[in-house]
Amino acid sequence: MSASDIASRGYAKPEILVSTEWLADNLKNPNIRIVESNEDPLLYPSGHIPGAVEVDWTTDLNDQVRRDYLGREGFEKLAARIGITPDTTVIFYGDKNNWWATYAFWVFQLFGHTNAKVLDGGRLKWEKEGRELTREVPTYPATTYSAPERNDKRIRAFRDEVLRHVEARLPLVDVRSPAEYTGEKLHMDGYPNEGALRGGHIPGAQSVPWARAINPENGTFLAADALRAIYEGEKGLKPSDDVIAYCRIGERSSHTWFVLSYLLGYQKVRNYDGSWTEWGNLVGVPIEKP
Amino acid sequence: MTDDYNSLPPKLAELVADFSTITDRAERTEMLIHYADQFQEVPASVATRPFPEANHVDYCESEAYVWAVPQNDGGLRFYFAVENPQGLSAKAMAAILDQTISGLPAAELTAIPGEIVRTIFGREISMGKGQGLMGIVMKVQHLARQYAQG
Repeated sequence: MSASDIASRGYAKPEILVSTEWLADNLKNPNIRIVESNEDPLLYPSGHIPGAVEVDWTTDLNDQVRRDYLGREGFEKLAARIGITPDTTVIFYGDKNNWWATYAFWVFQLFGHTNAKVLDGGRLKWEKEGRELTREVPTYPATTYSAPERNDKRIRAFRDEVLRHVEARLPLVDVRSPAEYTGEKLHMDGYPNEGALRGGHIPGAQSVPWARAINPENGTFLAADALRAIYEGEKGLKPSDDVIAYCRIGERSSHTWFVLSYLLGYQKVRNYDGSWTEWGNLVGVPIEKP
Repeated sequence: MTDDYNSLPPKLAELVADFSTITDRAERTEMLIHYADQFQEVPASVATRPFPEANHVDYCESEAYVWAVPQNDGGLRFYFAVENPQGLSAKAMAAILDQTISGLPAAELTAIPGEIVRTIFGREISMGKGQGLMGIVMKVQHLARQYAQG
């Protein structure tokens, strides 16, 4: 699929995506840095796009002590390690339909790194097209990156804000599986309950499993019309809505945040990263079951 | 996991003990990729797509399936499928179970703790990933219990 194909899909910000073709032609482009971010930590070491560095969501993006993302200093260190400056265009890609790639992309936006794009189709499409993979781990000269303090206000929602959102009857999107949404599945059978104490969903939330935004054959994003048919036709959302998306820990919902914000051009979408592992364990918050 | 591997079947106990000594992440990764490369999918003589829901592993994001087939010698042979082509961890877990416990009598496989996942894959494994891999172990255990009860 070519760049012109992306341009023809009717996205609000088509420039946010690059095609596999474009990336293959730009592997040596000194102004870009390719970042692989996966759910499966074995994938990058087993082979990756030449020149790509790995950003691991557990070790690189999360604070290792408190449940939170890395702070300004941590982000500056990460940026230095992968050799980027604010002017470097970071191209994110990964497994699971770019699920973790959009999560890393979202964290980078908390620090205002707007020179960022996502590889349409991610790792799946690159592999399916038989494009080159290497096990060689590149190193880049460390850079100095002066990052602003993390700004959680614009694209991140916290539990008290979610509660006010619910009380104001504003739209929420639950991007987990239907069984998680209904509360039918909460934790693994025969294993201690690690997920949440209660099942169900945040009152008023609409169920749109995150991967519906994807063409399963090659991992590319659906065209804008098809996305609108889901989020607007089926669920009644509008681009002017104040929307909060959530899942279990905020990774799947960063994918939906990306789709609504960049592909459909919604102005106010926040990702509630506390998600069900917080809400399903909170004392005193309402939970809805169908 | 504690170092009490004695309750595990011998080959699995040996493998878990080996993994428990690894402190270097790259070394662990290499070993796991080595196992993932040896993954063998369920043969068509046992199951064909669409695979039945009864064999599906709960919570595994890589769409894993497990089958148990009793053997003439009284053992229980396990077969696996991982539908996500990029589900390397699931393939590694399946290959490890295939090589260490497949073919043993069902009664010896009814109490394999899911916690071996954290020893094999490392404690830093994410909760979701850990749950999915434990799901494969739990599915094996569940099937073994069914056969052990006759």
